Amino acid sequence: MDHVITSNNLTKKFGNFTAVDRISFSVLKGEIFGFLGANGAGKTTVMKMFCGLLSPTGGEGSVAGLDIFTQREKIKKRIGYMSQRFSLYEDLTVSENITFYAGIYGLKKNDIKEKREALTERLHLGDFQNNLISSLPLGWKQKLAFSVALIHSPDIVFLDEPTGGVDPVTRRQFWDLIYEAARQGVTIFVTTHYMDEAEYCDRISMMVDGRIEALGKPSELKTQFGVKTMNEVFLKLARK
Amino acid sequence: MKRFYAFVKKEFYHILRDYRTMLILFGMPVAQIMLFGFAITNEIKDAHIAILDPSKDHETSRLNEKILSSGYFILDKYLNSPGEIESVFEEGKVKIVVVYDEDFGRKLLKNKAASIQIIADATDPNTANTLTNYISAIFQDYVQSQNPLAISPVRVIPEVRFRYNPDLKGVFLFIPGLITIILMLVSAMMTSISLTREKELGTMEVLLASPMKPVQIIVAKVIPYIILAFIISIVILLLGYLVFKVPVKGNIALLISEFLLFIITALSLGILISTIAKTQQVALMMSLMGLMLPTIILSGFIFPVENMPKILQWISYLIPAKWFITIVKGIMLKGLGIEAIWKETLIILGFTLFFLIVSIKKFKIRLA
Repeated sequence: MDHVITSNNLTKKFGNFTAVDRISFSVLKGEIFGFLGANGAGKTTVMKMFCGLLSPTGGEGSVAGLDIFTQREKIKKRIGYMSQRFSLYEDLTVSENITFYAGIYGLKKNDIKEKREALTERLHLGDFQNNLISSLPLGWKQKLAFSVALIHSPDIVFLDEPTGGVDPVTRRQFWDLIYEAARQGVTIFVTTHYMDEAEYCDRISMMVDGRIEALGKPSELKTQFGVKTMNEVFLKLARK
Repeated sequence: MKRFYAFVKKEFYHILRDYRTMLILFGMPVAQIMLFGFAITNEIKDAHIAILDPSKDHETSRLNEKILSSGYFILDKYLNSPGEIESVFEEGKVKIVVVYDEDFGRKLLKNKAASIQIIADATDPNTANTLTNYISAIFQDYVQSQNPLAISPVRVIPEVRFRYNPDLKGVFLFIPGLITIILMLVSAMMTSISLTREKELGTMEVLLASPMKPVQIIVAKVIPYIILAFIISIVILLLGYLVFKVPVKGNIALLISEFLLFIITALSLGILISTIAKTQQVALMMSLMGLMLPTIILSGFIFPVENMPKILQWISYLIPAKWFITIVKGIMLKGLGIEAIWKETLIILGFTLFFLIVSIKKFKIRLA
């Protein structure tokens, strides 16, 4: 199996503070990889290093076979990124947002039109194409933001706490979209602090204070720590 | 290029959809021109005057006629006693009172000297000053017409001529000033806010994670503002020319190139602010306090820099707008060419490079 993300002793320091401390792991193609940890554990920093938003201080890392130190610009064409704050423009309509993001990834005009139609159809947003994003409910915005992050058919999509602030039902629907993308071979790298979401991932890693303290399938981790839920795994690790 | 186009288009949507921005962009310049042009002037017309004339003779009535026919004054009333002076000022309408000597005409004939007292309401010192100058000039004029042959052996009669703006129209100064302020506002404030908005909303991260390079993002974001600022400055020029007859004596191509240079200066300031400010609020405050206020106060737009304390004069050298106003005034009103303003142009160019280099450094630090 292909490793689409690899990390070997990857480190990030901000001055004297070590935000990410020699972490090593790899992610397989088509895998849903959950990146868990408390706020400030360093999840977002790791993700930003893989997205080319931050340069690492030390170690090695690659995304889609490209080096995260030297080939950042190439990496950017192969990945999608959805930030905690959805990253849609509230004062633009649904179709303008799609067109814009497709545009900055350099898609051709005809492709953009095709993708836009397919996307709005799949999300049942056809009737709302010309509505401003600000008029849509939060759950819809998240689904749209996720689909927009996939608009240029990336190999890997990075989701930074994508389901903040929505109810469990909407969250479940959002995960259906994630599964669908994974089935089509897209690798999903997702950070979250909802432990119920951790159960949905193929594999997860737990970050505490800049280090990976546990890594494996949810079922393996539960056995390893001798508990019944991911929440308990998390609490055990966090209190260590 | 296609990416770029998609980006610029989106930026125009932002601007055109936000009616407040549109109002600032287009409403404000027009409103300010009309205000400065019509309402706020340093010239005084039809000031109310009261006259206390106890002698009521031939001389005083000729003088009164001269004052009232000058066009600057409107007679409010003739006073009958000095006691009334206080009360007319208290009523507030009368700005100036002229008090003649008793037996004015006779004293003038007999002693060749008589006195007139001019009392002005100095709650507004500038107006009071101007009015007393007008009245004194009228009296001087009268005295001279009375003595066509000089009594004293030496006489100096200054003949004043106002060049470049013969009618002393305030709007001549305001148009260059206004262009400066508006360019600063649109280019610096609007771009700093629009860039920090992307940061605040989290969209900046997504853009940076896309194949767009940071430089492309910034350039694409500022292009609409360059276009808008440029259009607005041309509108102001046209309004000034058509409504107030403010001329462009110099080379219009030179003037427009200087506009473009200053737009880029202001943009680089806006970008610099956006690399420091984390939220739109902060960007707005920084632009207002850090840019607009010094630009308005220290650029010579309203208050002459020459009259300021030395330390403020030195600070004013650091304000790009001060140099720009000098350039615009020079080209528009004096018809100067590049040979007269190359120094100022170089200074502005230097500022621009400095701001751009600092912003790029700051931006890189943020990415590292």
